[in-house]
Amino acid sequence: MISRRAVMAGGALALAGAGPLSRAALAADDSVLPRGLPQGVYDTATLEALPGKKPLIKLSYRPPNYETPLSYFSSEFTPNESFFVRYHLAGIPEEIDVAKWQLKIGGEGAGKPLELSVNELRSDFEPVEVAAVCQCSGNRRGFSEPHVTGVQWGLGAVGNALWKGARLKDVLKRVDLRPETIEIVFNGADIPVADGTPDFIKSLPLEKALDDNTLIAYEMNGAPLPHYNGFPIRMIVPGWTAVYWVKHLDTIEASTKPLAGFWMKNAYRIPTGKFPIVQHFLTQMNATTEPITEMVVNSMVTAPQHGHTMRAAETIEVRGLAWDGGYGVKRVEFSVDGGQVWREAELGKDAGRFAFRTFSFPFTPPSAGVYQVMARASNSVGQTQVEKLIFNPAGYHNNVIRPLTVNVL
Amino acid sequence: MWRILAGSAVVLFSVSAQAQENVQLKPGAGLQTVEANCTACHSLDYPRINSVFLKRQGWEAVVNKMINAFGAPIKPADAKVIVDYLTENYGTGG
Repeated sequence: MISRRAVMAGGALALAGAGPLSRAALAADDSVLPRGLPQGVYDTATLEALPGKKPLIKLSYRPPNYETPLSYFSSEFTPNESFFVRYHLAGIPEEIDVAKWQLKIGGEGAGKPLELSVNELRSDFEPVEVAAVCQCSGNRRGFSEPHVTGVQWGLGAVGNALWKGARLKDVLKRVDLRPETIEIVFNGADIPVADGTPDFIKSLPLEKALDDNTLIAYEMNGAPLPHYNGFPIRMIVPGWTAVYWVKHLDTIEASTKPLAGFWMKNAYRIPTGKFPIVQHFLTQMNATTEPITEMVVNSMVTAPQHGHTMRAAETIEVRGLAWDGGYGVKRVEFSVDGGQVWREAELGKDAGRFAFRTFSFPFTPPSAGVYQVMARASNSVGQTQVEKLIFNPAGYHNNVIRPLTVNVL
Repeated sequence: MWRILAGSAVVLFSVSAQAQENVQLKPGAGLQTVEANCTACHSLDYPRINSVFLKRQGWEAVVNKMINAFGAPIKPADAKVIVDYLTENYGTGG
């Protein structure tokens, strides 16, 4: 049974209002929709603003999936109104009364179950801040070759914010975890529409849950979480992909066995051993697949745009952002000749090992021609962006070096 | 039409509140079946952005996933109509 009427058939046929930009403009502007996506994205995506947000690239209305245009990434912190939006289920909270919000912490591994209000979470636990990149596991899925199904994300399902909240481990101390606890399970207030759809519930291995940097956050960049980024509280799991950063968090359970269900056993898994991953989710691994965990090292050039035109002997500053799974960006190299000669870019301010790291390099083309400009990041555990896609059926972990063309007159 | 969870701090999204949801699929045989079965759970930009790169087998896998993994209550006869429509209008053929 479907719990809401299929009135959308009528809604979908309603006359289209004029968007902020036409679809043609989106397709033509590489700063909005980068090249390499399925044609249907160029025919469908629009720039539209959700309440409290700047116009973002709308890939799907319901559930809402909106990514950040490349041109919005101008510093190591991504503003709240620019931050991408990603939901799995269409039953998402609309109006939330923060005064009534209760976080239930229990489960078979909890000796003393507990309920906390948001105020208690703020006042009863040491506030902790961490700058961390939140990146959808499927960021850049749209560039997979061959294309794979799913939300066809380009470059913008990623952002970096200063998160403030309580350490999960401090909260868990209050429920007296039993020694048999192996995973901590998280559920948020978003729910499925059809009765048969599995609710979006995720777990973390106990070790990651007890990490000092794993937070229950109530602030983002000094303000309450935006509604579409998980208001009033969400999980922050620095270094790991955003699938674990459960939004609108209302239930935490200590579990003495591996969590079952579609979102653990079928979705968000990668081929075992195919990626250079340090942290594995041991209680959920098998010989064929394992859960996605930490992010792979990556970077993006944010300026100039692909197709930029300039004059010979003129100098521009090429800028970008680099990040990894929490080991810290060690080096960003750049090439202006399609990858033959590499030199080291200058790294910007270090906002912490989980954060975006800015980089820049000057580019002074000596003569007219077409230049292939590219950057590749490496981290402190010896990982480097790849030249060739490591294909996997869900399109995760795409950190292929991405050249852009600069035309020099 | 708001849906309110009794005793909770949350008001869930109303379908009718999403006035901006203007997505149309190509006219063709089976379109009404697609709209009737798919739009309760997601907007119709999903098939559009996932095109054009799937053959019939790929669209079959998608529809089967909706039924088997996501519990979409789609009758077998409707499932075939949906796969036919998607293959014809949003597939690569073959």
